[in-house]
Amino acid sequence: MNLPQVIQYCLSGITEGSIYAIVAIGFNIIYNTTGIINFAQGEFLIVGAMSAISLNAILPTLGLSEALSLPVAIVLAVMITTILGGLVELVFIRRVSNPSVLRLIVITIGISILIREAMLHIWDEKVRSLPYFTGNEVSTVGIFGAHISPQSLWVLGISAVIVAGLTLFFRFTAIGRAMRACADDRMAARLCGINDRWMVTLSFMLSAGIGALAGCAISPITQTQYDMGAPLAIKGFTVAILGGLGNSMAAIAAGLMLGLLEALTTSQFPVAYKEAVSIVVLLLILVFRPSGLFGRREMGSLRAF
Amino acid sequence: MDETILETRSLHRHFGGLHAVADVSFTVDRGMIKGLIGPNGAGKTTLFNLIAGTIAPHEGEVSFRGRRITAWKPHAIASLGIARTFQTTKLFAHMTVLENVMVGRHPRTRSGFFAGMLNLPWTWREHQQIQSSAMEILEELGLSEYAQETAANLSFGRQRLVEFARALATEPLLLLLDEPAAGLNIYETQELAELIRKIRDRGITCLVVEHDMSLVMNICDDLLVLDQGRKIAEGPPRAIQRDPDVIRIYLGDNHVEDPQP
Amino acid sequence: MNLTRYIPILAAATLIITTQLLLSAIGQPFYMREITTSAYYALVVIGLCLLMGYAGQVSLGHAGFFAIGGYVCGAMTTCNLIDYRGAWLLTLARPAKLLIERQDLYGRNMLCFSPWGSFIIALLLAAIIAYLIGLPVIRLKGHYLAMATLGFGLIISRIVQGAKVFGQADGIYNVPPFQLFGNIQITGDSDYRIQNYYIAWAVVLAAMLLAINLVHSRVGRALRSIHQSEEAAHSLGVNTFQYKLGTFVLSAVFAAAGGALLTFYNGAISPSEASVMKSVRYVAIVAVGGMANLWGAMIMGIVLNFLSLRHKFGIYDEAVFGAILIAVMIFAPNGLLRMPRRELLQRFFSRRSYG
Repeated sequence: MNLPQVIQYCLSGITEGSIYAIVAIGFNIIYNTTGIINFAQGEFLIVGAMSAISLNAILPTLGLSEALSLPVAIVLAVMITTILGGLVELVFIRRVSNPSVLRLIVITIGISILIREAMLHIWDEKVRSLPYFTGNEVSTVGIFGAHISPQSLWVLGISAVIVAGLTLFFRFTAIGRAMRACADDRMAARLCGINDRWMVTLSFMLSAGIGALAGCAISPITQTQYDMGAPLAIKGFTVAILGGLGNSMAAIAAGLMLGLLEALTTSQFPVAYKEAVSIVVLLLILVFRPSGLFGRREMGSLRAF
Repeated sequence: MDETILETRSLHRHFGGLHAVADVSFTVDRGMIKGLIGPNGAGKTTLFNLIAGTIAPHEGEVSFRGRRITAWKPHAIASLGIARTFQTTKLFAHMTVLENVMVGRHPRTRSGFFAGMLNLPWTWREHQQIQSSAMEILEELGLSEYAQETAANLSFGRQRLVEFARALATEPLLLLLDEPAAGLNIYETQELAELIRKIRDRGITCLVVEHDMSLVMNICDDLLVLDQGRKIAEGPPRAIQRDPDVIRIYLGDNHVEDPQP
Repeated sequence: MNLTRYIPILAAATLIITTQLLLSAIGQPFYMREITTSAYYALVVIGLCLLMGYAGQVSLGHAGFFAIGGYVCGAMTTCNLIDYRGAWLLTLARPAKLLIERQDLYGRNMLCFSPWGSFIIALLLAAIIAYLIGLPVIRLKGHYLAMATLGFGLIISRIVQGAKVFGQADGIYNVPPFQLFGNIQITGDSDYRIQNYYIAWAVVLAAMLLAINLVHSRVGRALRSIHQSEEAAHSLGVNTFQYKLGTFVLSAVFAAAGGALLTFYNGAISPSEASVMKSVRYVAIVAVGGMANLWGAMIMGIVLNFLSLRHKFGIYDEAVFGAILIAVMIFAPNGLLRMPRRELLQRFFSRRSYG
């Protein structure tokens, strides 16, 4: 393979990897605040993308100019999905009495099924996509001789903005600090007057929101279909575990790694094997180092909820 | 009866930077009641866990009746004849008291998956034996009227007794008791002392972690004192009471009698 | 030995016989087809109930074991080895009754594995795979275990979808009937409908018998103790790892048996049997039936699968199971059949939450 090809594969890998990282971060936010692994995480991306697609089609007919339609659609879609995330927590998660790991696993699986089926009935099984943010499917940008789609740059850019935004949020805002306090020690946070129940709701909303944004960003490249949520969730979970559950910085590195690994695989083997990569990685890491590449050995045991 | 039943040599265990147990060596003779005392955080429960196999030491050895059991798994250690109780009772909450004690018969019985599924006749006899020996122990400890009661419904003191009964059901040679008097009132503590003595008289060696000094001084033949993971002193209670190092760790420097004015 | 534990089996047998007589009498015998199919699915659920309710382990990949049972039997009984007749391995297998010669639909001669041979091999294979998978995976906890089993299920799903020998997207069909003894055979042929109804139930009741015995035995007690306090059980001499692994393997064999027998009954198997949705369905059924309630799980297995097979849920089939999962976890985490009605209603209308 020559250099431009390598760069192309790498960039495609990094692009998809950054999405996996965002999904993983979504997992981590909820896990850190609550100890729950949200199996429905992947659905948030798809709901966001689908909503944006529909809104983008409707808004121009309501009089909005073509140029504004896409950004407004995305913003609205993110808002809708964020509210959905909050609703999921309020209506379902909160109602579980005597929550145990097993029960929460089961209920989030149920939620992901419901959301997916709802999407099937609202949007049917057709494959759709958002239009490219800039240019179209044939426009390219040249980097060192490689031709890459500007959408990739959008994805990377948006991912970076999300990560930067979250970092600022958690470090410098009162609410962000409150969430970190909850993550560290829920009882102590409560004793400090932090309303931990709302922190839980907020964590779901936040995860849903960033998921929606990521879903919109990747939609032009990978297309969107109602049942893409589950495979995304699995890859996101793999990345989260790979980096060490709860560790979002590591999740970024792990996401890029998985993305590159997948790209490497598609460059050498039939495309069907790409799916297998993440499953194999998942099983390997669970068997040999559940605490993740960057986690400490002792953290391999799951937090008791 | 000076045979050594348990011996540890230079046990080390740390958690991150914290040395929970550092270079601890001691012995327990057969038939004695040995106390393990020390201020909070001294490493007593960690030491217990190292002996019982819940965690493995980073260095050092544990021997039981001359046999190295370092880093053996808890179930294997139980089969050898070491039983333990826990600081916070870990009963099988949704099983009856009798069933709890019946689980204690596990290391002395053998019907497995196939025999169980097929309900082979020899297992009926074993089941009878399990049930009757469990009832016997319950009777001895005065718990027989609670046999069919769900374990979680019992009072705290009785729950502790059930955990005792369960441990005794394994027919141990060495019994590790982790703060058995915690949460008991004066009368219950007295009964506990009686019980431990009765157990010892049956030939079961006891290693007891305790904070209740009156209980410790009352029943223990020998004491091991830990502080910050290290062994400070080992010997009969009277000697330990007068040991300046021990006094210092409990009461501070001002109370140590300075021989030179 | 307390024999009261077997009473429900007699009650069930009576109900089964009554149902058949009733259906035949009122001229609606075709319901038996769905009941028979549901019975084979119930085998999976019984094993999973032992794993989830008693050993306390979750598995999101049990459809994988079902598929192993079905696909191995399907492939072995339909692959034509006639071109390899001379191979020494086959001449060994011949006397062992593993191979039979038969004719396919078009009258061509075929040399395939016999149903009995493939059945036994399928179960053994499922046990071995479960053991190998279980070794590294059983010691994982909670979410990690769930994800690992999910990953296993996904791999099986990919394999059956991708491998030529498993028919890829079409699956395997023209699977011959399973000749049990004499003229008793597992087949979808309507002449044997009543016979197959009873065969399926005999298998299910046998499985229940084994499961009930296990639960009441020393091992069953040990499993329950592991579920309630693993540390205490461990300290009492219970080899927690081995017992969890043993239960995992056992549940896998149950699932594989269900898959194998259903494949013979249907004469075919398709990749959808290995899907994650199927695995989730099994978990939902066990949850609704009551995690540690064998009869509840079995009953729910029959009822829910029957309704699903009769398309009572229509296009909302998947959604129904998702909703069931959620509803059970919120309102009746110990299963529907253990809830006193009043409490159920109370919970429905209250604003409960964890603290």
